[in-house]
Amino acid sequence: MSEHKIELTVNGRHHRGTVEGRHTLGDWLRGQAGYTGVHIGCEHGVCGACTVMVDGRAVRSCLMLAVQADGCTVTTVEGLADPDGTLHPVQQALKDCHGLQCGFCTPGIVCTLAALTADGAQPGEEKLTAAMSGHICRCTGYQGIRRAIRQIAGTDTSAAQGAAHAEQGA
Amino acid sequence: MNAPDRSGGIGANRFIGQRVPRKEDARLLTGKGTYVDDVVMPGMLHVAFVRSPIARGRILSIDTSIARDQPGVHAIVTQDDLARFNVTMLSFFIGPVEVAMTPLADGRVAYVGHPVVMVVADDRYLAEDAASLVVVDYAEEDAVVSIEDARHGPAVHPDTDDNVAAMMGEDEEDAEFEALLASGAHLVTQTVHHQRISQSPMETRGVVAALQGDEELLVHITCAGPHLVARWLTVALGNPKMNIRVVAKDVGGSFGLKNHPWLEEVSAILGAMLLRRPLKWIEDRIENLTASNQAREQEIILRAAFDADGKLLASHADYSLNNGAYPMGADANIAVHMFMWSAYNIPAYSFVSRGYYTNTAGLAAYRGPWAIETLVRETLMDAAARQIGIDPIEIRRRNLCTAAHQPSVTSLGIPREDITPAECLEKLLETVDVAAFRREQAEARKEGRYLGIGFAAYIEPTGAAGSIGVMTGELAQVRVDPTGKVVAIMNVHSQGHGTQTTMAQCIAEQLGVPLADVTIFDGDSSRGGFGPGAGGSRQGVIGGGAAIRAGRLLADKIKTVAAHLLNANPENISIEDGMIRVAGAPEMTRSLREIAEIAYGEPSRLPPGMETGLEAQIRYDPPAMTFTSAAHAAIVEVDAETGFVKIRRWVSSEDCGVMINPAVVEGQIAGGLAQGIGSVLLEEAGYDARGNPIAATFKDYMLPTIFDVPDFEYVHANTPSKAEGGFRGVGEGGCIIGPPTLVNAIADALAPFGEVAVDLPLTPSKLLAVIDGTPLPPKPMSRFHPEWVNPYADTAAATKTDGPVEEVPAGATLLPGGTHAALAETAARGIDGAWNLTLATPMGPQPMTATFATEGSIVRGRLESNEGAQEFEGTVEDNQVKWSMKVTKPMPITLKYDLTFDGDTVTGKCKMGMFGTAKVKGQRV
Repeated sequence: MSEHKIELTVNGRHHRGTVEGRHTLGDWLRGQAGYTGVHIGCEHGVCGACTVMVDGRAVRSCLMLAVQADGCTVTTVEGLADPDGTLHPVQQALKDCHGLQCGFCTPGIVCTLAALTADGAQPGEEKLTAAMSGHICRCTGYQGIRRAIRQIAGTDTSAAQGAAHAEQGA
Repeated sequence: MNAPDRSGGIGANRFIGQRVPRKEDARLLTGKGTYVDDVVMPGMLHVAFVRSPIARGRILSIDTSIARDQPGVHAIVTQDDLARFNVTMLSFFIGPVEVAMTPLADGRVAYVGHPVVMVVADDRYLAEDAASLVVVDYAEEDAVVSIEDARHGPAVHPDTDDNVAAMMGEDEEDAEFEALLASGAHLVTQTVHHQRISQSPMETRGVVAALQGDEELLVHITCAGPHLVARWLTVALGNPKMNIRVVAKDVGGSFGLKNHPWLEEVSAILGAMLLRRPLKWIEDRIENLTASNQAREQEIILRAAFDADGKLLASHADYSLNNGAYPMGADANIAVHMFMWSAYNIPAYSFVSRGYYTNTAGLAAYRGPWAIETLVRETLMDAAARQIGIDPIEIRRRNLCTAAHQPSVTSLGIPREDITPAECLEKLLETVDVAAFRREQAEARKEGRYLGIGFAAYIEPTGAAGSIGVMTGELAQVRVDPTGKVVAIMNVHSQGHGTQTTMAQCIAEQLGVPLADVTIFDGDSSRGGFGPGAGGSRQGVIGGGAAIRAGRLLADKIKTVAAHLLNANPENISIEDGMIRVAGAPEMTRSLREIAEIAYGEPSRLPPGMETGLEAQIRYDPPAMTFTSAAHAAIVEVDAETGFVKIRRWVSSEDCGVMINPAVVEGQIAGGLAQGIGSVLLEEAGYDARGNPIAATFKDYMLPTIFDVPDFEYVHANTPSKAEGGFRGVGEGGCIIGPPTLVNAIADALAPFGEVAVDLPLTPSKLLAVIDGTPLPPKPMSRFHPEWVNPYADTAAATKTDGPVEEVPAGATLLPGGTHAALAETAARGIDGAWNLTLATPMGPQPMTATFATEGSIVRGRLESNEGAQEFEGTVEDNQVKWSMKVTKPMPITLKYDLTFDGDTVTGKCKMGMFGTAKVKGQRV
């Protein structure tokens, strides 16, 4: 077993540690760095639940080794909302549109959509939807995710059921 | 879209019926949920399993010596180590399973993935390393894989005579009924082969278990209901002298899989007790897809006779279900038949149901476990429409149970008082312009494009309590804290259902407080009242009812206290937005907090004799069954070049009564429909002939993606139910009605080419075979079939199999041996005396004790079970005893027993009125 020293930034915090060469980034983020919002769904790169942002790009943390993230800047789902609790626009859209049920696949979906809309990028509905082909949700039938994508993309949401009454309540 | 106005509650409909965002979402969207793998304990060790690579065979030896010496390894555990705990594996009904079963394999393996050895190490990587170095030697035997294998092959389990795990109904042909079927103008036969499904929750199974001293076992487990798991574990462990506390905060989906612990979870829990260290086991996806219990894999042949006008006369179903090796309760699924025709008017129905053991992963529940009835019936109705030459909508209109047909009781005893499938269909047709579609379809066909429309209708039972022992009522505990905040403890337990929102809506509605001020806690068996959790679409109906009643009770107390403090008449007090107001006296307005502080802290200011505090709890038991009705339509296009199906439109018209939160209702419908689409087009957890799983990853087990599921449209009817709040359950319906809606649309599209056999999934290659008129080769015959010919017989004489072979156990200690010898020895002992019997009822095996006293050809006796005791008198002929007795639970029926005694064992059957025939077996006490 090989051991490697790594240094990386996760959600704005500097982390330094020693990892075995075979440890995945996902396992390291959960087990060593404490970011349990990273959900391991399949460990073979299909379901997308473990997606995080590495240097701004959406990456499956089950298919990347922790040692490969040495020197990188990583953002997990925990690092997106403002410190005062204000949700990231992607998170807010998914909440407004009932885009989640059990919430297990959600962190990966949030990270992919956040990566695509980072730095003022304005991808269209089609591009955001295409990116969802790499995420499996077993609960929602993708209805609310699609509505959230329309909200994020600024597509007309008047026909979308669910978003219309989102101003009420909790 | 919102629920109709209702009066009665204070401030009715401030929250109930509103599409409010979910309270749990902010936590889940920011990665702050607590799923079982997020639980870490000091000193916690990790588990990996060594699993059987063969489907059937004997374990010759287990060598753990190399594995034991690996770094970080703490223990290598086999069944020999776990035997001391004497665990009884239980079904969902908390009764012992029908076959000998141990947490880890005991001498034999019965499916690929069967856990044999448990490795405990510092982390999961090290545990898997060591697991790979455990050497297990097996003597492989021919695997019994398919239902057809089970019919002809050797017994999967050494302790059963055959592979019939459960049987219900009429197993002998009834000439009178056959004549009835033949008497109609039209006889329509529909056959469905449903593939095996993996529930595939995104969060796999997992457990963290730790002893807390000797008085508590703490179990964090991803499950459908912590109380049910605690109950299951307490009984399985033989009622140990400690409390078993089960905790599950966030759960990443269940869909029927996580109702109760199974082999791996039990092994890990026992391991924690054995090693006295916290243990964690988190299933990986390959384990989940290959070794977790699964669902469906069914065959059903439904026949229906229609008169010349297309009206139903009689119907018969022959249903078979693969139970796998270790089902969570041997199952022939009586519900399939109870609800087969419950939405329709039909004078006569008969059936036979058989569940079979095989060397495959065991059966667990899956959303709408009886859903095959709607699939086979609704596809039969379309086939009948084509065969008889009438419109598929018209044939349903002629046969559906409408308001004019109610109240009525089906031939299987289902009372119908307020079902609305016909109304749902008519509402659907207001949204879907069928005539316009038919014109478009005709035009498209001219261009070689194949469009189709499919319809289906059904009803489903929801919110059952009281008829199945484990499915109980629900308790809601609600309090207004001295801070004015509202806390409720419930145990409906969400696996994504959003009950922290919907239950809060029910309570806020009654109390008149902001939704943000109400917090629901659940997920811990040490809190609140007993409730089984999710299952059977029960949360809204039962939990919602309990929440409303407890909220109302508390609101009444608040008003009484406030009226006393403010010198007002309680009838003039109202609670709005957390403020207590007196009609006509705005200066008297007080905050809920002010009243609460007094209620807890200043008893002398309360009405004389009143208990302090603002707390209420109430337990709610709903009507026996609450039905939800629906009709759906789907429009598809099938590409005649590729066989791919594109879903162009899907409209749901359902009646789930009063809706608590329409967005949650629609989320449940949509999720179920997506799973139904997966069943029809994509998913298959199959096996090869040797019992090897052929879908081990999400690249092989294809779940629907965003491109496979269309935008759904919803039409809501809102006929209030008789349950508190008027709610009807909506958790499973999409998964029940989705498949036939889609199959019918595909069949309609391809009607120009002929009938589409319903052999799921309908892959492009199967549909191309219909389009091209080149049928796919038939499925290979079971190697155990008497007519099977080994295609390799000439070249592989050494491995030739001569059909069914009675297995002779080589190692007598591996099997409960000596049965035959024992029989011969004790054959003459007779009938008189006490016997332990097991009746295989639709609710699972029911243990009973019987005593018999024979006198000539007369037998008198007494039968005792949990349901009570009853005397009977019957007849004896040689070693055969027959008697009849009337029972009143779960409904009044006459039971006719027919038992044959042989030495110390007894076998036979019990005819249970409309529930058909159930197996009986037993031993002398």
